[in-house]
Amino acid sequence: MNNILNVSPSPHQQGAETTRKLMFGVVIALAPALAASIYFFGTGAIIVTLVSVLACVATEYLIQKFILKTKPSVSDGSAVVTGLLLAFNVPSNLPVYIIIIGAIVSIGVAKMTFGGLGNNPFNPALVGRVFLLISFPVQMTSWPVPTGFKTGYLDAVTGATPLGIMSEGIKNGETVAALMEKVPSHMQLFYGYMGGSMGEIAALALILGGLYMIYRKIITWHIPVTILLTVAIFTGILWVIDPTKYADPLFHLLTGGIMLGAIFMATDYVTSPMTAKGMVIYGIGIGVITVLIRTWGAYPEGVSFAILIMNAFVPLLNMYIKPKRFGKEVKHG
Amino acid sequence: MLKTFPKGGIHPPENKLTADRPIVILPVPAQVTVPVSQHIGAPAVPVVEKGTAVKTGQVLAQAKGFVSANIHSPVSGKVNKIDTVVDTTGYKQTAVIIDVEGDEWLETIDRTDSLAKDIVMTREQIIERCQQCGLVGMGGATFPTHIKLTVPAGKKCDMLIINGVECEPYLTSDHRLMLEKGAEVLTGVSIIMKALGVDRAVIGIEANKPDAIINLTEVAKVFRGITVQPLKVKYPQGGEKQLIKACTGREVPSGGLPLDVGVVVQNVGTSFAVYEAVQKNKPLFERVVTVTGRSVKSPGNFLVRIGTPVTVLIEAAGGMPDDTGKIVNGGPMMGKALAMTDVPVTKGTSGIILFPSDVSKRAEVLPCIRCGKCSSACAMGLEPWLISVLAQKGMYEKAEKERITDCMECGACAYTCPAKRPLLDYIRLGKATVIRMVRERITK
Repeated sequence: MNNILNVSPSPHQQGAETTRKLMFGVVIALAPALAASIYFFGTGAIIVTLVSVLACVATEYLIQKFILKTKPSVSDGSAVVTGLLLAFNVPSNLPVYIIIIGAIVSIGVAKMTFGGLGNNPFNPALVGRVFLLISFPVQMTSWPVPTGFKTGYLDAVTGATPLGIMSEGIKNGETVAALMEKVPSHMQLFYGYMGGSMGEIAALALILGGLYMIYRKIITWHIPVTILLTVAIFTGILWVIDPTKYADPLFHLLTGGIMLGAIFMATDYVTSPMTAKGMVIYGIGIGVITVLIRTWGAYPEGVSFAILIMNAFVPLLNMYIKPKRFGKEVKHG
Repeated sequence: MLKTFPKGGIHPPENKLTADRPIVILPVPAQVTVPVSQHIGAPAVPVVEKGTAVKTGQVLAQAKGFVSANIHSPVSGKVNKIDTVVDTTGYKQTAVIIDVEGDEWLETIDRTDSLAKDIVMTREQIIERCQQCGLVGMGGATFPTHIKLTVPAGKKCDMLIINGVECEPYLTSDHRLMLEKGAEVLTGVSIIMKALGVDRAVIGIEANKPDAIINLTEVAKVFRGITVQPLKVKYPQGGEKQLIKACTGREVPSGGLPLDVGVVVQNVGTSFAVYEAVQKNKPLFERVVTVTGRSVKSPGNFLVRIGTPVTVLIEAAGGMPDDTGKIVNGGPMMGKALAMTDVPVTKGTSGIILFPSDVSKRAEVLPCIRCGKCSSACAMGLEPWLISVLAQKGMYEKAEKERITDCMECGACAYTCPAKRPLLDYIRLGKATVIRMVRERITK
């Protein structure tokens, strides 16, 4: 009878899921896409990924240790995920110093200034990416051509992305049919044979990662499916109206950052709504804004902007979109 | 498809270690401590004094008012003293302490084992007997049974639901009763049906007890109007509102009672107690308690006299394991942790669980990552992340609007939280404050 008993309120057992397990679940889900990037872009992809992850983790650690003077929490894995996602969102020939600037903006500005994990209103990796896109427009839009594994890095051969070719061509009055000759086939796009940001190219690998996350109950289907459906329906309507001016919906789904955005960026816990209904509205918003930017905007691609814009609506969605309560409300008494 | 409630719920490990352990009758201890408040409502008033000789089944304390329950002597012997003791809730209260001498029961109690199936009493007699015998809900809430059986004027009851879900991990006392005392339990159900004036009763049982489902379905063939409803294994399936929704599709309104949708819910253990009270004239002075835990040497289900020290129960299960770090009275999801084992078993004690020290402390609390898993787990459709923060920040009006008082404190949110946030701690605090606020508003 020497035991000292612990006393605490119920529940007396806790589930097996932890923040760290969820974060590393995302890392596992990103692995197929990372493998595809390394396959298509070679050493550049490895360098960009390593630099980005290390820079993000280091930024968080240094800020917590020396500025905030709190216990560093990098072991929760969230900075690793941000680092991976930032790497996935930049070209694989981006100079190291630019990647580090992106990491500092992602973690330092977009995450830690708001109070760290759980408190940032905007997706840190996307804030970093958009900051770089505006600050280093040339480097951020010189896309290495997928060549199969090569050891080059900064000297990679570059070319336009399928979306860039399409957008530019349509502005010059070319027909979609003629432009389709200049871009990879749909099947090639599906496997990832296209120019673009390091991790966004391989639709197949990204979908595999998404299925894994749904199976592991890290995310639900609501956000990715509504985004992809919205894009498909919106671009489908345009395509039916004038197939010579607008590309087909499948082309839109397989190009640019839509798969990466829908599956990995928009589903970020902290910056997405917390109810299923809210998630659907958020997903529709991202889909619509993406197509608007792609079709009529100055940029050929708009997933990043669409997600960041909808991030801003998340607090509103959380406030007004409530889960269905159990039982009609009656007067208390 | 098995029936269940529509929203939320979790699947904690079932850990029903004692499901195949038959009920063992525990010997009467040398001394019992019988608290006068083992129910919701006013404490009973002692009618014995130091030195009074009592028989098993004799009234020790008389119910005070309508919402209260009689307390009977679980043993025969002499009253040692009436004193203030700490009970299983950790609070102090009055208790009658009796030194045991022999085991002499009141002659009025029918001690035979034979099944008494014919119900001869009238509605009023049944309710009166339940009141006399000190019956309370034995699922844990311990609400006096006679009140639940009295349908107030203006309310209608068309159906009885018997809670045989036992969705709490570890606990198996109801499971064993359904297996070993099926006919008695169903006779009890018939008695309750008669008291309520209903011709339909459904027994909800989680599908992880197939033997109990088969047994009761078989026994129910000779009982009119009783059906067994297998339910999906999902916590909190045994929550009153969830059980009603699963069995009938009816949704009890917020702040309402089962009677608002024409239903009364009773627990399996209570049904058995009703049988014993009405057919055998036996007051409620013993109950089945599951004593269990991963490191417990011989976990089991014990028929225990009320007032038996928990220490005695733990000895009966092979003694306290060296690695014990926490002892819980009730289930792991809603039970109360004991600060010491020298406390008596009461009418509401369904189980004693001994947790090894490696799982007896909470994990480190991390920041909320807004994953929404708590909202998905909430069977009441609440947003635990939100109402816990509102309570933490003292924003009680807002918390009331977010329906904090709907929370039944099942703990699914805190269980599911990956950041291990103490969601329910704050919600409980907020709920208590909001309830007090609402009361003050009404009395003003």
